[in-house]
Amino acid sequence: MSMKETLTGPVFNNNPIALQILGICSALAVTSSMKVTLVMCVSVIAVTAFSSMAVSSIRHHIPSSIRIIVQMVIIASLVIVVDQVLKAYFFTISKQLSVFVGLIITNCIVMGRAEGFAMKNGPIASFVDGVGNGLGYSVVLLFVAFFRELLGSGSLFGIQLLETVNNGGWYVPNGLMLLPPSAFFLIGFFIWALRAWKKEQVEEAEFKICSNTRTQEAV
Amino acid sequence: MEYYLSLFIRSVFIENMALAFFLGMCTFLAISKKIQAALGLGIAVIVVLTITVPVNNLIYTYLLADGALAWAGLPDVDLSFLGLLSYIGVIAAIVQIMEMFLDKYVPALYSALGVFLPLITVNCAIMGASLFMVERDYNLGESVVYGAGAGTGWALAIVALAGIREKMKYSDVPEGLRGLGITFITVGLMSLGFMSFGGIDL
Repeated sequence: MSMKETLTGPVFNNNPIALQILGICSALAVTSSMKVTLVMCVSVIAVTAFSSMAVSSIRHHIPSSIRIIVQMVIIASLVIVVDQVLKAYFFTISKQLSVFVGLIITNCIVMGRAEGFAMKNGPIASFVDGVGNGLGYSVVLLFVAFFRELLGSGSLFGIQLLETVNNGGWYVPNGLMLLPPSAFFLIGFFIWALRAWKKEQVEEAEFKICSNTRTQEAV
Repeated sequence: MEYYLSLFIRSVFIENMALAFFLGMCTFLAISKKIQAALGLGIAVIVVLTITVPVNNLIYTYLLADGALAWAGLPDVDLSFLGLLSYIGVIAAIVQIMEMFLDKYVPALYSALGVFLPLITVNCAIMGASLFMVERDYNLGESVVYGAGAGTGWALAIVALAGIREKMKYSDVPEGLRGLGITFITVGLMSLGFMSFGGIDL
């Protein structure tokens, strides 16, 4: 597999959120504004990339019985670094992210890539793979955050684009978009759009209705 | 007593781990195809949460918090930055101990939960509950109740979703939405339903 494939594959063809069901936990709660989401994405990309690289470079020395603990310690240390940096330089955003920075540790993308890719490949390929999966995660998150912030409060990155009624403008903000459930709907629609474009990702139906069934029989 | 009861109800319904904070989503979506499996995982989560949250609370209060090491003659030491590392260590260790204990003394329960126990270490709901406990300054009693409540809420949500998905097998879903897509939308609707608890103030 070439470097370019390793980097771009996870973005659409093998997206960690839409296809592998990894890392959804933190994906939903932090997406109500673009700025917070962007910080979260950068943190996840950094942690995934560097942890994959670190795990990969010591992969021949890790006894397989304790590999999960070793990976966990590497990931947790990196997350502590990210957490401290955010607290030092982006204090308000780190307050908004609250526990979700810490939850990068249990984000299955990081663990999944360390276990599934970094244990078998060299450090540089693992680093690229980490960045690619981080990007795949970011694409979905930024997509969700874009719609939630634009339709929910009429702004992007805190800059007012659609003047809301409260401020004398014309746009009536869609309150649903600021509530948590909207993130589920948006990801559902994202998956629908992605699978309409890439047919091979469609899942098989468990029970098919026969082609010549009359409506009364089917119900 | 009344206070603890309302804390329990709040953590089960109003602050539901899965449907209000989206924690433990990966396993929530992956292991919710059958009610039986969902029930097993739910019970395992309740047990692990009820043990880990209080243990992490003790570790935070007596070892990590600012000035917590005063009993060892080190009143100026603040180790709270080591929190993340210690919590995940505690969780991994407790899951491992539980696995060995169940294997030895309650083999029936072990074979029922067996597959799910290792999965729990990386379940964000477990880690999230510990982090919320620190953020909200719960004491030991509160953290026991909070752990049990958060676990019960999560178990309730996953069993309910599994029930819906078992029924949904027979429905004719548009091609691109099949499987994961429709599950997301279902969970969205469930979470909308749970929001109706939002106005209750206990």
